[in-house]
Amino acid sequence: MPSMEFLLATGIGWVVAVGLYLLLRGRSFTVVLGLSLLGYAVNVFIFAMGRVWSGAPPILGVGEQLADPLPQALVLTAIVIGFATTGFVIELALRSRHENGSDQVDARRDAGDLPS
Amino acid sequence: MSGLVAHLPVLAVLLPSLTAVLLLLIGDHGGDLHGGHGHRRVLWARRLSLGSAALGLLLAAWLVRETAAGHLLVYRLGDWPAPFGIVLVVDRLGALMLLLTALVALPALWYACGGWDVHGRYFHAIFQFQLMGLAGAFVTGDLFNLFVFFEVLLIASYVLVVHGLGRERLRAGVHYVVMNLFGSALFLVGLALLYAVTGTLNMADLALRVPRVAAGEAAPLQAAALLLLVVFGFKAALLPMSMWLPGTYAAATAPVAALFAIMTKVGVYAIVRVHGVIFGADAGASAWVVMPVLLPLALATCIVGALGALAAHSLQRLVAWLTVASVGTVLAALALSDAAAWGAALYYMSHSTLVVAGLFLLSELVAAQRGDAADRLVPASPVAQPALLGLMLLLAAASVTGLPPLSGFIGKLMILQAASAHAQQAAVWSTVLAAGFLTLVGLARAGSVLFWNVDTSQPRRGASGASPRLIGAAVWLLGAGVLMSLGAAPIQRYTDAAAMQLKDRAGYARAVLGPQGEATDSARPYQGRAAPGAPR
Amino acid sequence: MAWRPDMPTLPLIVLLPLLLGTTACLWLGHRAAQRWPQAPAWAAAAVTALALLLLSREAPAVFAGQTLLVQQPWVPAIGLDANFRLDGLALMFGWMITVIGLLVILYAAYYLGPEDPKGRFYALMMLFMAAMLGVVLSDNLLLLVVFWELTSVSSFLLVGYWGHRAEARAGARMALTVTGGGGLALLAGIVLLGQIAGTYDLSAMLGQGPAIRDDPRYPAALLLILLGCFTKSAQVPFHFWLPEAMAAPTPVSAYLHSATMVKAGVFLLARLYPVLGGSALFEVLVAGAGLATMLFGAYVAVFKHDLKGLLAYSTISHLGLIVFLIGLDSPLSAVAAVFHILNHATFKAALFMTAGIIDHETGTRDMRRLAGLLRPMPWTATLAMIAAAAMAGVPLLNGFLSKEMMFDESLRSRIGPLGSNVVVVLVALAATCSVAYSLRFIHDVFFNGEPRDLPKPHPHEPPLFMKLPVGLLAATCVLVGVLPALTLGPLVHVAAAALLGAEPPPYKLAIWHGINAPLVMSAVAMACGVLLYFALQRGYNLHLHHPRGWTGRLLYTHAVDGLMSLAGRLTARVENGSLQSYLAWMLAAALLLGALPFLGGEAPGTGARARLPAPPLAVAVWLLLIAVGVAVLRVQRHRHLAVVLAGAVGLVASTTFIALSAPDLALTQLSVDVVSTVLLLMGLALLPQSSPRESSPARRWRDAGLAALGGLGIAWLSWLMLTRDFSSISWYFLEQSLPLGGGSNVVNVILVDFRGYDTFGEITVLGIAGVGVLALLDGLRLRRPELDPQGRAWSYAGEPLLLRSAARLVLPMALLVAAYIFWRGHNRPGGGFIAGLVVAVALVLQYMALGQQRADQLLHAQAGRRFVRWVGIGLGIAWLTGAGAWLFGKPFLTSAHGHPHLPLLGEVPLATAALFDLGVFVTVVGATLLMLSMLGAASRPAPRPAEGRS
Repeated sequence: MPSMEFLLATGIGWVVAVGLYLLLRGRSFTVVLGLSLLGYAVNVFIFAMGRVWSGAPPILGVGEQLADPLPQALVLTAIVIGFATTGFVIELALRSRHENGSDQVDARRDAGDLPS
Repeated sequence: MSGLVAHLPVLAVLLPSLTAVLLLLIGDHGGDLHGGHGHRRVLWARRLSLGSAALGLLLAAWLVRETAAGHLLVYRLGDWPAPFGIVLVVDRLGALMLLLTALVALPALWYACGGWDVHGRYFHAIFQFQLMGLAGAFVTGDLFNLFVFFEVLLIASYVLVVHGLGRERLRAGVHYVVMNLFGSALFLVGLALLYAVTGTLNMADLALRVPRVAAGEAAPLQAAALLLLVVFGFKAALLPMSMWLPGTYAAATAPVAALFAIMTKVGVYAIVRVHGVIFGADAGASAWVVMPVLLPLALATCIVGALGALAAHSLQRLVAWLTVASVGTVLAALALSDAAAWGAALYYMSHSTLVVAGLFLLSELVAAQRGDAADRLVPASPVAQPALLGLMLLLAAASVTGLPPLSGFIGKLMILQAASAHAQQAAVWSTVLAAGFLTLVGLARAGSVLFWNVDTSQPRRGASGASPRLIGAAVWLLGAGVLMSLGAAPIQRYTDAAAMQLKDRAGYARAVLGPQGEATDSARPYQGRAAPGAPR
Repeated sequence: MAWRPDMPTLPLIVLLPLLLGTTACLWLGHRAAQRWPQAPAWAAAAVTALALLLLSREAPAVFAGQTLLVQQPWVPAIGLDANFRLDGLALMFGWMITVIGLLVILYAAYYLGPEDPKGRFYALMMLFMAAMLGVVLSDNLLLLVVFWELTSVSSFLLVGYWGHRAEARAGARMALTVTGGGGLALLAGIVLLGQIAGTYDLSAMLGQGPAIRDDPRYPAALLLILLGCFTKSAQVPFHFWLPEAMAAPTPVSAYLHSATMVKAGVFLLARLYPVLGGSALFEVLVAGAGLATMLFGAYVAVFKHDLKGLLAYSTISHLGLIVFLIGLDSPLSAVAAVFHILNHATFKAALFMTAGIIDHETGTRDMRRLAGLLRPMPWTATLAMIAAAAMAGVPLLNGFLSKEMMFDESLRSRIGPLGSNVVVVLVALAATCSVAYSLRFIHDVFFNGEPRDLPKPHPHEPPLFMKLPVGLLAATCVLVGVLPALTLGPLVHVAAAALLGAEPPPYKLAIWHGINAPLVMSAVAMACGVLLYFALQRGYNLHLHHPRGWTGRLLYTHAVDGLMSLAGRLTARVENGSLQSYLAWMLAAALLLGALPFLGGEAPGTGARARLPAPPLAVAVWLLLIAVGVAVLRVQRHRHLAVVLAGAVGLVASTTFIALSAPDLALTQLSVDVVSTVLLLMGLALLPQSSPRESSPARRWRDAGLAALGGLGIAWLSWLMLTRDFSSISWYFLEQSLPLGGGSNVVNVILVDFRGYDTFGEITVLGIAGVGVLALLDGLRLRRPELDPQGRAWSYAGEPLLLRSAARLVLPMALLVAAYIFWRGHNRPGGGFIAGLVVAVALVLQYMALGQQRADQLLHAQAGRRFVRWVGIGLGIAWLTGAGAWLFGKPFLTSAHGHPHLPLLGEVPLATAALFDLGVFVTVVGATLLMLSMLGAASRPAPRPAEGRS
């Protein structure tokens, strides 16, 4: 019987791998997708740094045990920030695609030399 | 008054924050510039924004004066004791960074008020948020809070990068944003690891706990440190993470690019705080864990940056590459990891920030007077104000290249002298001088093309020349560079003192964690049991 | 030597031209260009005269054997101070600089054309003069380097004075590259020297020569400093920039490139002679380089057709001569060197000015076209002949005397392997060549038949003031030649004394030393030179000679081009504008650095913490996750599916949070997922529905490898941490959450109280994102495809009745739920953020149901401006809540709380934290609505053409 720790660690690793692969693709939308997957994985990773506790929500007076509340608080912050940035990057990809006529993320090398 | 002094550190963050909120409430032109409402709103926004930036400058100067004596300003947010709550700590370095930010921000804003600010929505609000983020990053004494304010300044910078829109800006913007998001993910991983091993987030507390991690267990900790180096190095444009910078800075509007001169320094600052202090000399098994990696990378950055400047086809891109080169120089000096070198690095960093910012403004001033050629390094019609702009470019160029008698020369001299005791002296010297030489060649080429290789057959564009307002902004920055060389002695004393202060971990710990300082047992084995007092 | 107390005049001598001179010339050139075109020239002359006067006022003291010192700290910590000194050497150079400067200014006033900007020219001349005076008057070596580089810069600007000419630009850049580069080497050398000596002040350093020469770092320092001197003084192989610099206006060539700047290198050699000189290494390097340069320059000069080219190479040759003399380890050679510095300055400046006159009158400097100018311009011819004769070393002229001394020294010298006999032969050879080219200068220009098709066919004498300086200089040549001891004797003496740092041995400056070897040598050289020239002239037909083979210039251009293309290629490779490669680099760096610590010796393994057995359900979820991951990879290019699957991953994350006792996280993650999936779908509606397969298999494998490594790394790190017990500061939160934080949901209390400042930053980020989206999509109108790929119409433009009624129902419910979640947040899972999202989602539903316009009207969105205001209000509430604590003298965000018992609601936890949470709530609603409604607005069919600013 595998341990919770094992499932958690491997799960995080797997999602990170998938996210990174998508991140390295050439189209903005796929990249965004990769980023959000990466975000999920990283959030769980932070959470996992408080180690695993079952049936121990960090709410006083509920259970005997209390999971480490600090990483959870950090994750909440991270989730919100991730949400904000994801929202922004989606619309950025949109606008960029509209202006550049393509959602290919790579640019011509002499790009910066055009008068802008 | 004393009450206000007590709140100084947080005021540095809250002032731009409040300004930004007010600007949001005022609203902006909303597209109609000529309609009365829109125009009046713009005027008010400008006044408010500029006023706040000026106030910020005073505040920063005040903080420098407060910290110059050597004591740290510690501010316990929510009145919670460190390391449990978040503390703000302003030492000499922090104050210096704040001052630098204000010194760059004000002219950049002033320049933007020359017309760029209405080429998009809510420019001033975002700009103030950017300042808030920068200030927050420079004053915080908590590593996770550093992350939060990194995000504040980053998301603001995302908006600023694409300010004015246009194809190239958006394309560069996508690059910039995506890479930064990846960087943020890495940052979180590193942070989480640090917490998992040490159980704390407060910088002073970390500085005390990192040394207690035995060599056998230190690997994850060091991995965290190195991951953070990737993150901060990316922000600072350290090789091999520096390639995003030239395109992004070259595409950004001049005032934004000028402000961004400080952005790379955020990375440098973070490296000093984390890798220089927390993982510094007394970090036991993890002491100086990143420095062996940092030095070669920094030297490579220096050379590649100079070569990039040599190869650049446009002035703004050239300046962007110079930013990379200067960061390389600074980081190389930091990697020497002794107080003298740090003092030199801080001086050089201040100089390069100001001058590079000025160059970004200048390059647009030049571009505006060269017709279709803009700032591309090709023969074109002569500029309207050859003497003035030429002189300014000459000053800036000489300063960047490290030609005397300007601040760049003094900074390089300091670095050379500081390096001379070090084992890597030969490498550092030859790199710094070689980079200087390459920059010299590149800038001589650029200057002779821009100001000499003109076909006078074509009429002068924009014969009126740039408005005093725009010129003034650039002059401010370049002038600051010149003053830095005249007043080099006191500034150098300050930067040296700042470096010494960074080396005094015990003093830092005492100031932040209270008199018992070293002796705190802030982190206890965690069994998931509530304290006796808590209800069942 | 006796020290005099502080003398403020020395800095003044430098500052006058540096500040007053430059600004005055610029200003006059700018203001008075029309009325008094010569005003800048007069200003410059006046300033120069003043400097000369000040200098001369100090002369008596110097002749009395004193050294004047002025010390003014600048950056003491790095040894860079404004310390000036005036001794014999400095005085001699100072006089040379100011006197010749004065003559050149006078000359230039008539040389420059009406279209040349006078102000700029004289300002630059002043700048250069200041720099040069600074070099010779510095006592602090770092200060000397400062002025040294300043001379390079000003010479760059002066050579490029006629910047519209390509050769001027090229020459200027080459000069700057070579001399500036040498300056960097010099800097390094000086810093090294300073560290050996422990001081940068000459007055302190000159004493400790032997100790310095014994230091192991001495050779390195010497080499670096010599690099600086040789580049500046155009010694082989760095000579090539000097002829190119002849693109400058002739006054500049006369001043910088013969009399003064190129002497700076020589000056520094002389300056540091007591410190560096006297070692075998010094003698071999310096005397060797000098000899080679003297020979090479003289030889090449013979074959130049351009007057200034000939003079340039002869200058190189004479500089070599001086360097050679300094290199020789004998006091008398030092005297000779000093003497020749003065002599060369006089006759070479005169010759350059003559060249300028000829150019000015005939319009060409090509000796193949010039000839027979004796008749039209006899005065000029006479003066030129005197100067040229001095250059050739004809008796009764100053050149003769110093050459005699040089011959005398060469007889007693030996450079490393070369015995004195070899040296003598080489020296004599050089002398022969110099006679030949001097003769050519005269013969080709003033005799040798009639001029051939001159651009200006009728040359005649130039205005008096153009000849006057030449005349004065020529007169000096004669005067010194006849009465050396009376004229320059004393100056040479003090200068030599300063050079040697000791009294020079007794010597006699006189024309007649009796018949001796030197005299014979000059006679031989004279005869051979004449023969050589006429032999070449008749036999070889000099005029058809074409220089070929590789020159230093060629090498330089190759080097620079190579450097440029290298830089270009490198930049193109690393900064190739490909986000994919940037990310790959960054990821690779992260992997490599992250792995470093584990590659070392004792890397930690699995820890001892008790594992938590996984229930079957968990395993099932895990398997599901793996499957979803695979599916995402498979279908990534079908974007709708990919989005849905990604959402599924989010669900798995939420379930993990629930299972591992983090209810708040689960709730938040869930609500965030909903919104961001909606966003993704809305965005997707405006993007291509699928991505093409682009990257090559190789690339895909590389990426797969990187990704896999990344996954493994993070998994291993998690495993290491998860299997270890840990200590943390969290105990404090558990203890204090209720008593001090006033809430039993510890996570929420941390968010709004213990670390409320984080939350403050976090909602700021959210707010910025919202406003940013508004700024980003400003004026963007995209025509959405009417049908999606599956042929279904995009629903929310239309108004399906069911959805509308649903929306009507949902909104109030949502608000109620939100209120509930909000209030319980402090003690049970929930809080402002989740409540905000719930409300936002409900409102978005309105958009979907009612359509963009109607909903906008209903909410008075005013194109998002109202939502922006909401963001502002939310942040404002948070700000004020935090600042409220100031009223009680507490720090920002200090909370207070009580538990008043209200009817209906029962006991209500009333904490200021709740007020803060309200700010969070409002901000979240505003920002989320901004993101969604802006996207909706963008995707609305365009009413008017897009107004994208770009």
